Amino acid sequence: MSGPHKDEITGTDTTGHEWDGIRELDNPLPRWWLWVFYACILFSIGYWVVMPAWPGLAGHTRGLLGQSDRAEVAKALKDLERQRGKGAAVLRGASLQQIEADPQLQAYALQVGQSVFGDNCATCHGAGGAGARGYPNLRDDVWLWGGSLEDIHHTLTVGVRSGHADTRVSQMPAFGRDGMLDQAKIADLTEYVVAISGGKADRAAAARAAPLFAEQCASCHGATGQGDVKQGAPDLTDGEWLYGSDHAAISGQIHAGRGGVMPAWGQRFSPETLKALAVYIHANAGGQDK
Amino acid sequence: MTVVIDRTRDPPLDGVAPRASGPVSAAARARQQAGKGGGDLYKPRTQIYPKRVNGRWRMLKWALMGLMLAIYYITPWIRWERPGALPDQAVLVDFEGGRFYFFWIQLWPQEVYFITGLLVMAALALFLTTALFGRLWCGYACPQTVWTDLFLMVERRFEGDRNARMKLDAAPWSFDKAWRKLGKHAVWLGIAFGTGGAWIFYFHDAPTLIRTFWIGQGALTAYVSCALLTATTYVLAGTMREQVCTYMCPWPRIQGAMLDKQSLQVTYRYDRGEPRGPHKKGAGWEGRGDCIDCNQCVVVCPMGIDIRDGAQLECINCGLCIDACNEMMAKVDRPRGLIAYDTDAAVLDRSQGRKATYRFLRSRTLFYAVLLSLLSALMVWGLANRSPVEAHALRDRNPTFVRLRDGSVRDGYTLKVANRAFEGRTFLVTVSGVPGARVWTPGSRTGAPVAVDAAANEVTALRVFVTAPAGSLTAPSLPLTFHLTSGETAVEVETVFLSGAANADD
Repeated sequence: MSGPHKDEITGTDTTGHEWDGIRELDNPLPRWWLWVFYACILFSIGYWVVMPAWPGLAGHTRGLLGQSDRAEVAKALKDLERQRGKGAAVLRGASLQQIEADPQLQAYALQVGQSVFGDNCATCHGAGGAGARGYPNLRDDVWLWGGSLEDIHHTLTVGVRSGHADTRVSQMPAFGRDGMLDQAKIADLTEYVVAISGGKADRAAAARAAPLFAEQCASCHGATGQGDVKQGAPDLTDGEWLYGSDHAAISGQIHAGRGGVMPAWGQRFSPETLKALAVYIHANAGGQDK
Repeated sequence: MTVVIDRTRDPPLDGVAPRASGPVSAAARARQQAGKGGGDLYKPRTQIYPKRVNGRWRMLKWALMGLMLAIYYITPWIRWERPGALPDQAVLVDFEGGRFYFFWIQLWPQEVYFITGLLVMAALALFLTTALFGRLWCGYACPQTVWTDLFLMVERRFEGDRNARMKLDAAPWSFDKAWRKLGKHAVWLGIAFGTGGAWIFYFHDAPTLIRTFWIGQGALTAYVSCALLTATTYVLAGTMREQVCTYMCPWPRIQGAMLDKQSLQVTYRYDRGEPRGPHKKGAGWEGRGDCIDCNQCVVVCPMGIDIRDGAQLECINCGLCIDACNEMMAKVDRPRGLIAYDTDAAVLDRSQGRKATYRFLRSRTLFYAVLLSLLSALMVWGLANRSPVEAHALRDRNPTFVRLRDGSVRDGYTLKVANRAFEGRTFLVTVSGVPGARVWTPGSRTGAPVAVDAAANEVTALRVFVTAPAGSLTAPSLPLTFHLTSGETAVEVETVFLSGAANADD
């Protein structure tokens, strides 16, 4: 380090450092920049005093303003609850049919239902409620446990195979896995089911399986395979298939007897939220009584 | 660096070239100080002390000032009956409700193009006026001019006219100076607050706000806007004045493109005035111009310029120098109008011994006039043919369609009906385009007609479903039309019915 070095061209001192023959001019900082800098220092000192700032061994300084993001979130949530309180009270006092018949109430319920559906139901049933393989489509007119407002509301409340005391539950035997039927019989039965749902099937195999169907399946799915909403037994004659419509999917279902699980939302949601959700699902499924 | 539009020296005149003398106006002095090629980045302001003047244009300016201020302060208090809970204020920009009310016209945010059209019309009108008569807007109607004039009036009341003010500013601080300055600034602040205070009434119901404002119950925006306008009025009209026009406003820069030799502007008729010089009482007028170099035109100028230097960027065309000059001309018994609203072409004609001609019909003015007429006609047509009801259909995208048990397909739509009328009305909803298609809304009975109660002055949404039988689905996408009818009114909404490959596969 040598002493101050003057740049010949500008006549300004340099910083005294040199990098490969390049020296930096020691110009003063712009005054406006310095002022802003000092103002920032002053501001930060004030900030330390009024806002939570310094960490300590047992927590941190609180600041004179007592600012706390946690408290603000709690307050915001409380505000939200209060805002919703009025609408919630109305929903609680109205029947499902009343909610659906009143345009204003319905609009409110649809809003609430949409947000609740997006947060809780969309994970399995899809954001639009169109379902997926193994997760029922909530937009069409095919319902395992009934599609009226009350049916939907009840299914939501108790869930399906949820462990709730009154849960909706149906159990299709795993005919193949549990050795109740052999492979040939399952193959024949598959042809039969494809045939009654209007698909292309081996007529001879289907004819062979007719007594088998009456013996093993008709108790739940009905003599003609039209299903039974009371037992949650699907209609086998329509075009809708929860686990797929091809031969492999149907024989796989006869083999393993799968069934999905839906939580009992009655334990998680307030009554008014459940109502709103039921109205939302019912409305999006067409909203018509059968 | 100030740009000078100097027409007096172009073209050079034989024998009557403007006399070379030291700069007499504040603007000219500043320009000379800055030197060629600019000066410092920041040019300190040269204080301007405009002298009071009497005359025809001053009277007009007072009258227009009164009119402008009256319009500004009275407009929000005009009542206008509207049905129901709608605001009864004739002119109201209702941000909360998202509506703009102007007497019988009501605009929604979606119709902001009317505002755009209005602004374009205003711009064209400004172009036309400027091309014809120079910067009349700047000199008479611009809020900056009006409020500066008002603030100058207050300044004169407290500190006296030009000479007294200059003396007061130069004098050391004393009680007399202190109370005069204090009083002036207090009144300025009062006017500024009144300005900001009146502004907020355009955005809220005035009679309500004037009560709630004082008890701290007004909207936050009202207080913020009021404070902001108080500050800007005080600063712009009180302390910045001509600097706003010269440095901040873009219009002086644009005006150069609008003006031409045939535009009427405040003009020093150098053909008559030069050569200028002091005139002794009783002396003859032969061999010299009428300008007696009294500098009255300079001292009255609120912009601090010397009009004898020719048309220039700073000139706001207010005509105060005309009044000042006319007063002097009367005193020395010469004809009025040495400085007058005139055109460069006319002055040039006269200086070369020709008869002055004025041409108001020019391609430029015709172009602006035709454009302005066309746009006005378009606006009137648009306002007259505006439909009070507008409807849109938002098709469900997830899922785009749902196949039902019997093979038919159902699409969901949200109908949005914007009812701009002040009465609610009920529309029956039917569909056409897909044979056998049925429409219904959640909660309605099968076969019952679907109706939407479109509330007054609102957008009403209705969820509807359309089901089409399998047999009619001839293509994955079919045109579908919703018909909304209410008495004589019928609105059609075009959309599509999607069925995917419903009929193609499986």
